[in-house]
Amino acid sequence: MATFFDEVRKNKLRSGLIIFLFFVFVLVVGGFIGWYWFSGAPGGFLGGVVLAFIVGGLYFLIAWFAGSDMVLSTTGARPVTKKEYPYLYNTVEGLALAAGVPTPKCYVIDDSALNAFATGRDPSNSAIVVTTGLLKTMNRQELEGVIAHEMSHIKNYDIRVMLLTAVLVAVLTLLSDILLRSFLFGGGRNRNNEGGQFQLILMVVGLVLVILSPIIGQLIKLAVSRKREYLADANGALLTRYPPGLASALKKIAKDPDPLVDHANRATAHLFISTPFRDRTGFWTNLFSTHPPIQERIKRLEKM
Amino acid sequence: MMIGIGWIILIVVVIVVLWIVLMFNGLVRTRNQVKNSWAQIDVQLKRRADLIPNLIETVKGYAKHEREVFLEVTKARTAMMKAGTVAEKAKASNALGDTLKSLFAVAENYPQLKANENFLQLQEELSGTESKIAYARQFYNDMVMTYNTKLQVFPTNMFANMMGFKSEQSFEAAPADKEPVKVKF
Repeated sequence: MATFFDEVRKNKLRSGLIIFLFFVFVLVVGGFIGWYWFSGAPGGFLGGVVLAFIVGGLYFLIAWFAGSDMVLSTTGARPVTKKEYPYLYNTVEGLALAAGVPTPKCYVIDDSALNAFATGRDPSNSAIVVTTGLLKTMNRQELEGVIAHEMSHIKNYDIRVMLLTAVLVAVLTLLSDILLRSFLFGGGRNRNNEGGQFQLILMVVGLVLVILSPIIGQLIKLAVSRKREYLADANGALLTRYPPGLASALKKIAKDPDPLVDHANRATAHLFISTPFRDRTGFWTNLFSTHPPIQERIKRLEKM
Repeated sequence: MMIGIGWIILIVVVIVVLWIVLMFNGLVRTRNQVKNSWAQIDVQLKRRADLIPNLIETVKGYAKHEREVFLEVTKARTAMMKAGTVAEKAKASNALGDTLKSLFAVAENYPQLKANENFLQLQEELSGTESKIAYARQFYNDMVMTYNTKLQVFPTNMFANMMGFKSEQSFEAAPADKEPVKVKF
């Protein structure tokens, strides 16, 4: 049980770091946008920073309190009652007991694909989402395996890190887009003012940021989620005390010919139990995938 | 010199007192966690006991002659509700689980019963509750182990008994009951 508490502490630290990075990035980029729009005046930089702080702060508050609802609605998940899905509810309640966390809310996505995810900012404000396809295909042990995997994401605050990462990635992409457009289509009105080297350096740094930010965002997302999947598999097996359940569920998921494309996008991909995009293969897929290869996960579970 | 020694003694006393306070609070916290996780089992045990009369009524509607099984289940349920200590409850709960298994085995022989909406619902509820009991038990036992270990390690063991902390019993599953009751469909 000690591992769980260590993970919780680490994840809270990680969340803090993500929030910190988020603000640093937003402020710096905001400053650049302000500086560029107001033609390189120092006041412009400061104005941009202040504006970015206000906008970023508001965005952060919204993400913190409504982020999981936003994720839920973009994936097309709908809340379900115990009457509709007693089987799902009993399983979720049972594993919440096993993990010693409050029962998360249950959501369902009407899709034949086999997938599931958990979201929320802490165990008291969390939700577990499964597709109807998953409910139909899995037997009790397999469903328990999947839910246990999600439950351990909830218990050790992975959901918070993952939610914040989704937010960070969305902002990085948006901001670098704005910055790129500003440079390309010229927000700065007088380019002939004597900028000097300082402005040139700022310009170069800005350009580097533009190029790097989507990559950084992508990499953060990866770093955050791949190790986490193995860990959630292991902790999930610890909750059910039955690793073959999840292993056989993953086997079924691996054979699923119809991955969940309709409702997933790049910002939410890392939340799912298995990658919702299945069309890419090979070296690059592996390098840029949000999930470890499913065969490897099955192998590790079978060794337990 | 005298002042130096006085300070050292003071510091040692403060450290010892601080340690005792922290240890005491840690033990109280863990003991409360044990109590709380026991309450979770109790809720599920009660839930199962509440479902049983309904189940018996439903099964009776189709299988009147299986009086023996009903009697056994009812007896086990009563014993379960009377049980007080953790060990007693564990034993009674395991016995009740066994009688329920035979009840569901009997139900297998009545196709009409197996098609009954109400019966299917109760069956799902009961097997859900059964696995919740298993999971709550697992969590409780982990908590008990953590708590007992805290009590037994040196030097806590020298003080814990003095301060009235006693080790807790784990909720043992019957050997055959390691897995939650598998209800066949």
